[in-house]
Amino acid sequence: MSAGDLAPAGGLPGSDLNLGPDEGLNEPLEPQLGHDLGISRVRGKKRRREWVQLLIDALHYRRTQIGLALFLFIVAVAVVGPYVAPYSPSEFIVAPFAKPSSIAKFGGDNLGRDVLTRVLYGGRSVLVLSIIATAIGMILGVSLGLFAGYARAAIDDVIMRLLDVLLAFPQIVFVLLLVSVLGPRLWLIVLTVGLSHAPRIARVARGSTLEIRERDFVKAAESLGVSRLKIAFTEILPNITSPLLVEFGLRLTYSIGLIAALSFLGFGLQPPAADWGLMINENRIGLIIQPYSIFVPVALIAILTIGVNLATDGMARAMIGIERDTGAA
Amino acid sequence: MHPLAKIILRRLALGLLTLLLVSVLVFAATQALPGDTASAILGRDATPDRVKVVREQLGLDRPVTAQYFTWLGGVVRGDVGDSLVAAQPVTQLLGQRVVNSAALVFLAAIISIPLSILIGSLAGLLRDRWFDSVTSLGSLALAALPEFVIGILLIMLFATQVFRIFPSVSRVNPNVPLSSQLDVLILPALTLVLAVAPYIIRILRASMIEVLESEYVQMARLKGMPERIVLQRHALPNAVIPAIQVIALNLAWLAGGVVVVEYLFNYPGIGSGLVDAVANRDVPVIQAIVLLIAALYVGFNLLADILTILVSPRLRTGLQ
Repeated sequence: MSAGDLAPAGGLPGSDLNLGPDEGLNEPLEPQLGHDLGISRVRGKKRRREWVQLLIDALHYRRTQIGLALFLFIVAVAVVGPYVAPYSPSEFIVAPFAKPSSIAKFGGDNLGRDVLTRVLYGGRSVLVLSIIATAIGMILGVSLGLFAGYARAAIDDVIMRLLDVLLAFPQIVFVLLLVSVLGPRLWLIVLTVGLSHAPRIARVARGSTLEIRERDFVKAAESLGVSRLKIAFTEILPNITSPLLVEFGLRLTYSIGLIAALSFLGFGLQPPAADWGLMINENRIGLIIQPYSIFVPVALIAILTIGVNLATDGMARAMIGIERDTGAA
Repeated sequence: MHPLAKIILRRLALGLLTLLLVSVLVFAATQALPGDTASAILGRDATPDRVKVVREQLGLDRPVTAQYFTWLGGVVRGDVGDSLVAAQPVTQLLGQRVVNSAALVFLAAIISIPLSILIGSLAGLLRDRWFDSVTSLGSLALAALPEFVIGILLIMLFATQVFRIFPSVSRVNPNVPLSSQLDVLILPALTLVLAVAPYIIRILRASMIEVLESEYVQMARLKGMPERIVLQRHALPNAVIPAIQVIALNLAWLAGGVVVVEYLFNYPGIGSGLVDAVANRDVPVIQAIVLLIAALYVGFNLLADILTILVSPRLRTGLQ
C-alpha cells in the first residue's frame, strides 16, 4: 500500500552528522553488543557486515522474535503442507460448503473440496510470488536510486521526475492497468508488482546514497580514480544495506497484500489452483454457511503480513540503534 | 511576483506536467502495447474481417500519436469516448459511480483524520505508557493487513458471524439518494478508516514527541502556562504540520484503496468499476478511471505541498 511511502517502519536513517567508526575505506561496522544500553562496544571481535549486524541486533527485540516466528510458521505451512495434506487439492471430498466434520476438519469449499488440504497447498504461490516480486523491485529500485543519487544533479532530477510519474499510480491500479492489456498472467503480475515497488524503493536508496556520497571513504576512492560505477556498488551499496533491508521487509509486506488481493480480484492465480487469495474469492458466497473456508486463508494471510511487518519494525528499531552508536554521539 | 506565489505556480506546473506524462503512459499501456484492443473485444473466434471493421471503428488504424492527441483532446473536453461493453458514453456510465466513491472516500476521511490525530497525539503524550504500547502494536498490525483482509474480518464481525448489524454487501439503490442509505457505506468506510489510520497515528505520535521536547514548549511550561493551553496552542498545531503530507498521501491512497474494498462489498463506485472494466477489457473505461485516480493522486500531493508551505512559518518566512 502506497500510504507507507513516507515512512519505512522506523524512519529514514540518521542525521547528516554521521561521523562514525565506519569512516575508513569501506570499513564494516564493529559489532555492537548491548547497544540497547548505549555502552560496552566489544572490540577485537570478528567484524561483521552491516546487514548481518542489523539482523543480530534486531533479534534482541521481542517484536522481531514474534514476527520471525509468525513468518516461519507460515513458511512451514507452505513448505511442509502439501506433504501432510490428507487429500489432493482437486479431489471432491464432501458436499459443497459442508460443515467441518471428521472427514474434512475445516469443512468443504464451494465445490466440495477439502478446505484444510487446499489451505496446506495454497501458501506456496503467495509466498514465492511475493518474494520474487519484491526482489525484482529491490534490484530495479536500488539500481535506479544508487544511480540517481550518485549521478550529476541534472540526471538525478530527470530520473526522479520520471519516477514521480509512476508514483502517481496507486500500486494496484498500476498492476490492473497492465493486466487489462496483457491478460491475467502470473509472470506479468509478479513483474508489475515489482515494477510498482521500484520508484518507491528508489527514493529510499537515493536518500541513503546522498548521505553516503559525501563521506570521506567515497571521496578517497574518487581521488584514487576508481570508476564511479564501481564506487557505487563497492563503496556506497555496502553502506546502505541497513535501510535497504528494512525497505525489503516493508515491500515484502505490501507484495503479499498485493498478490493476495490480485488473486482475490480474480486476476492472479486461476482456478483450479489452490491459493489463499483465490480461495477467499471462490468461497465468498458461502461466508454465512461455511465461514471456515474463508476465515482460515484470511487468518493465514494476516499472520504472514503481520509477522513480516513486526520483524521489519524490529529491524528498523535496531537500525536506529546502530545509527545512534555510529553517529556523532 | 510574491515568492510564495512563484513556488506554488511552479508546483502547479510540475503537477500538470506529471499528469500529461501520466496520460501518455496510460494511453501507451492500453492502446500501443501488442495486445490488440479489437481482437480483445471480439475474442479468439473473430474473423479477420470483423477485426478490421472494429479497428476502423475505434480509429486503431491511424498512427498512434494521432490517436493519442484525439484521445487527449477528448479528455480535456470531458469526453473520454464510449464504453465498449455498455455502448454508452463513459462519462454517463461513470457519473453515479464517481459520486458513490467520492461519498465513500469522504466518509472515510472525515472519520479517520480527526480520530487518528487524536489517537496519535495521545499516544505521543502518553509515551511508553500502556495506551501508547497498545496503539503502537495495534497500528503496526493494522498497517500490515491487506485491506481486503480487514474488510472480510469486519464482515465476519459485524455482518455475519458475531453480530448482524450491517449489510455484508452494499446494495445501493440508484433511485434513492445515498444519504438515506448510509448503512451500506459503514463497513466499506470503516475498512478504509482502519487501513489509513495507522499511518496517520504513527506520524502524529512521532511529531508530538518531537514537539513536546522542543524549546518553545519547555519555555511555555516554564512560564507557568497551564498544560492544557500549552498543548492546545503550541504542541498540537505544530505537531499536525508534518502530518499534513502523510494525511494527503493517505487521501491519495484512498483513491486507489477503493478498488479492492468496493469490489469486496460490491459497492458501485469507480473501484469496482475498474475491476469490471479490466475483466471485460473495456479500454475507454479503464483509461478514464485510471486517469481519474492518478489525477486525484497528483492533486492531493500538490495540495499537501502547498498547505505545508502555507502553514509552516519557517518555510513561509524563509522565502522572503
